[in-house]
Amino acid sequence: MKDITSLKSYLPELETQLKKYRELLLANLVMIGEIPAPTFNEERRIEFILNRFDEAGLTDSSIDDSGNGVGILTGKADKDERRAILVNAHADTIFSAKTDHTMEISSDSITGPGVADNSLGLAALATLPYILEELEIEFNNNLILLAGVKSLGRGNLEGIKFFLENSPFDIQSAICLEGIQLGRLSYSSIGMFRGEITCQVPEGYDWSRFGDASAILTLVEVINKINDMRLPRRPRTSIRMGQISGGTAINTIARDATLGFEVRSESQKVVEQAAETIQDIVMEVSSRTGDQVELDIFSKRTPGGIPYAHPLTGCARNVMESLDLEPRLSPSISELSALIDKNIPALTLGVTVGERAFKTNETIQIEPIFKGLAQIIGTLIAVDGGHCE
Amino acid sequence: MSNLQPWIEKNTYHHSEFWDLRKLVETKEEKNLTISLCLPTLNEEKTIGKEIIIFRSELMERYPLIDEIAVIDSGSDDNTLEVAKNFGADTYLASEILPDLEEKKGKGENLWKAIYQLKGDIIVYVDADISNIHPRFVYGLVGPLIYRDEVKYVKGFYDRPLAFSGGVRASGGGRVTEILVRPLFSLFFPDLTAMIQPLSGEYAVRREVLEQIAFPIGYGVETSHLIDVYHKYGLEAFAQTDLDKRVHENKPTIDLGKMSFGILQTFIKRAKALDVFDSTEHKTILRQFQATQEKYEQNLIEIIEEERPPMIEIEEYRKKFKK
Repeated sequence: MKDITSLKSYLPELETQLKKYRELLLANLVMIGEIPAPTFNEERRIEFILNRFDEAGLTDSSIDDSGNGVGILTGKADKDERRAILVNAHADTIFSAKTDHTMEISSDSITGPGVADNSLGLAALATLPYILEELEIEFNNNLILLAGVKSLGRGNLEGIKFFLENSPFDIQSAICLEGIQLGRLSYSSIGMFRGEITCQVPEGYDWSRFGDASAILTLVEVINKINDMRLPRRPRTSIRMGQISGGTAINTIARDATLGFEVRSESQKVVEQAAETIQDIVMEVSSRTGDQVELDIFSKRTPGGIPYAHPLTGCARNVMESLDLEPRLSPSISELSALIDKNIPALTLGVTVGERAFKTNETIQIEPIFKGLAQIIGTLIAVDGGHCE
Repeated sequence: MSNLQPWIEKNTYHHSEFWDLRKLVETKEEKNLTISLCLPTLNEEKTIGKEIIIFRSELMERYPLIDEIAVIDSGSDDNTLEVAKNFGADTYLASEILPDLEEKKGKGENLWKAIYQLKGDIIVYVDADISNIHPRFVYGLVGPLIYRDEVKYVKGFYDRPLAFSGGVRASGGGRVTEILVRPLFSLFFPDLTAMIQPLSGEYAVRREVLEQIAFPIGYGVETSHLIDVYHKYGLEAFAQTDLDKRVHENKPTIDLGKMSFGILQTFIKRAKALDVFDSTEHKTILRQFQATQEKYEQNLIEIIEEERPPMIEIEEYRKKFKK
């Protein structure tokens, strides 16, 4: 594919050709999706992916010291001229191993926990070598396929960070795959920190006092104060208090209570200020109530990324337009930010449309997958052809 | 055969012994065998799509182990056939195969008509209600038939609990197997107790055998197969494969009563025809299974039902009560 115009005219045809691999991709999706992979316990999924890489003849595939599955499709250019393009999909899900991971397939959709986030991204990654070989699409550069572990929540992108820190490859660009939504185009990361605030009633508390102590009440005070924080409209900033737990029974005093929250902002300065303010709130409430209140920040991202006008974004937009996809620009806080931290131009793309993300009845549509795959392969061809630098 | 242990050791497999699909396909091609997969259905729209996708992708496109996948339906009123067709299976209504014959409804009818409709030298039957479907359900069953010419009928069984702390555990089939079929076999066909799960709905059979045996239409089909194949070819024609865990909906006891009633009818018919009620001395050993991590063993328990006569026949009794 010499130029971007001939690539653009090829993509609708590629979309049709990809339909041949429907059962193959869906079988991989079902088999991957039915292996539970909560963060820190992704081994079985990674083994499955590695098997697929091996079967596709990726002789250099391996599991690295962090547990990531890595496959290498060697490019056809001379060794000295070959660089690397990274395709990444995170392997972990938010669901515990106890969740029933059965996938249900109807004529046009698949439902099951984690099917969109990110079993489909992984299935696309696992099926890619086979499809490329069948369609006789060869790259000049090495294609590095990374099934990254320890990505979500407390994993804090540990897998991909380890890979980027230790891999010998000269990565020129990267594409992150997410199951949904098709049309998303993320090229920048926003600033974020994520943490937990834990309130505990101290051990030596006088339990004979009637009903005036509760870790829940203390936590509510913290929540109210966070809610009263003044956040700037520009740069855009938000606080999400997404998870709460505490207490043991209706009629006992709650000894502990925990809030999970996340601050996001386009500005690193605002993120840092918010962190300081929350730290102050925690200390203030702690000293006033006598309860033990602690802040644990376990995940941080700094804002950054390539500009909208970067050729990589331009390539992806071109590819999407030729497939009648309207690019929806949105920043990301996932693996993209680990790549941005390393100054690697990177994008996150979605594979299909879906709904009820993060619920056990998460659903994805089958038909748009082929457009999503054509978009991924098209972008890779463009990157490989040197059109995106 | 009073000691079935040698047979069990020789003919009981675990699906993992057939993991090398490349070798399996090569041997199948060398022997010039064709294999058809039959999925009998009745309102199975929730699970059928997944079964077809997995089998087509893994066992037709990636490794050409099976030559056709056919769904034979008893007249579902949900979307079973539409889903199956959409994912590339051949779909048939049982009533449209051999349409001149009187119509009968039941799973056995679908299995029987598959012999006429499908082309393979081996037919693999897999129930369509399995939610944890995996290619092992097929390759585990055809493996012994591909590698061993003398094996004609391979039955699946499910065991291997997820958490197991070692030592010996009770093993065997479901409730109907343990309460009805195993005691009946222990009494009249002790050899057949070597089958760990005689009622499992997953089996692979050579056409030359299928065309020679009758098919009960309802619940008795698995039981009658075992008796008839055993009668014609002996225990050596069988093998069985551990397919690990099978997840499906459990039936309530009231439904198991219906199933048992059907099985009992089939059994009595066969037992009478083979004259086993009169000609053999009834055995008093119940043969159950126990398993260690790797090995299955029969557990033989002697249960003798001794009887006392009516009290009136005892002289002391008559004296005491002056009768």
